[in-house]
Amino acid sequence: MINKKVSSVTKALEGISNGMTLMIGGFGLCGIPENSILELARSGIKNLVCISNNAGVDDFGLGLLLKNKQIHTMIASYVGENAEFERQMLSGELKVILTPQGTLAEKCRAAQAGIPAFYTPAGYGTEVAKGKEVKIFDGKSYILEEAYKADFSIVKAWKGDESGNLIFKGTARNFNPMMCGAGNITIAEVESLVPIGQLDPNSIHIPGIFVDRIFQGTKFEKRIEQLTIRKK
Amino acid sequence: MPLDKNLIAKRISQELKDGFYVNLGIGIPTLIANYVPENINVEFQSENGVLGMGPFPIKGSEDPDLINAGKQTITTLPGASFFDSAMSFSMIRGKHVDLTVLGAMEVSEKGDISNWKIPGKLVKGMGGAMDLVASSDNIIVAMMHVNKKGESKLLKKCKLPITGLRCVKKIVTEIAVIDIINEEFHLKEIAPGVSVDYVISSTEGKLNVPEFVPTMKF
Repeated sequence: MINKKVSSVTKALEGISNGMTLMIGGFGLCGIPENSILELARSGIKNLVCISNNAGVDDFGLGLLLKNKQIHTMIASYVGENAEFERQMLSGELKVILTPQGTLAEKCRAAQAGIPAFYTPAGYGTEVAKGKEVKIFDGKSYILEEAYKADFSIVKAWKGDESGNLIFKGTARNFNPMMCGAGNITIAEVESLVPIGQLDPNSIHIPGIFVDRIFQGTKFEKRIEQLTIRKK
Repeated sequence: MPLDKNLIAKRISQELKDGFYVNLGIGIPTLIANYVPENINVEFQSENGVLGMGPFPIKGSEDPDLINAGKQTITTLPGASFFDSAMSFSMIRGKHVDLTVLGAMEVSEKGDISNWKIPGKLVKGMGGAMDLVASSDNIIVAMMHVNKKGESKLLKKCKLPITGLRCVKKIVTEIAVIDIINEEFHLKEIAPGVSVDYVISSTEGKLNVPEFVPTMKF
């Protein structure tokens, strides 16, 4: 079997440089590649275009890269939880492309699947449709959305094996699976990395063919954004 | 007396039908899960990747890998499933979700909805709202009838940037239940103690009022 294991987060992120486009998995702070984001924050790499559903919070997730002014353009569906983000967006330092969540997911999936573009009804008749081709199917209007192009995809999984097979847990799955193989190089950080042969092939969510490098993260904080508890 | 948020949610819960898969938006819609009638079975979908969402966890059992679209910690019920975001929106765009309930800033008499952006103010993004309203055949809006300035939110034409066109079928507010039929508002029910005249004066768009307007029942 082909072995994708790399020894450290630094090795995993080799080749990422200024001005590149990165897809980064996660929904809110759930299922984000924390170790890779921390390493990117340490690296000082700048002018990044980040495709991720959200932009983290002020002191965690992609918020760390925002704080360091490492992000040039943020492509996301919802960015509400971050004061520094707000400041940079309103001052014009940060370019923001808001994209409907399902469209964002499908633009990743299309890139993964080798489909250059697709029609979706989401955003028809809104600002999102500006400049995009409209086509009518069975009387309903759809807009043409193109697949993303990214230099790297960085995802987080629960378990992985050294051949790059991935298993996700709970709602930490979210955007991670369809970002695998959607960028030119896919980096997977996992909570638990096991030798080849130790994962049940029936249980694999993402086959290793979509993953180029895999490593076990040294620490997962897994911060909760909105701790909500039943009252009674 | 106008309804509070919980009663708006309770009134909308009467629209749930046995076997429905339901997506609830953030805010008042989330409260609907507290009022599912006991004799029916529904499953709640959260677009971040779970079907069969249960109540919030008890203290100490929260799991950072288990949240809803509002990023709140949740639990799952027996029979629940997890999936990725692309599959989640396959459920939504593919019309496999039977009912969508979401909040709004404005709804027009044609059923257009605005709920994602106030120009000049902070723009947080549309999240999954544009996908939901573009595809769902059964959309209920839960919102206040007037805004903080006392202006109607049920308009001839939306003034704020649009989230989706001609999609809202029903609006439940603190004072009324209104259906949108053939691009006009139709008053279906009023809240207990609220006058029909008050609903008319609080509605900017064309409102059809039948001779007899029933009062909401709980």
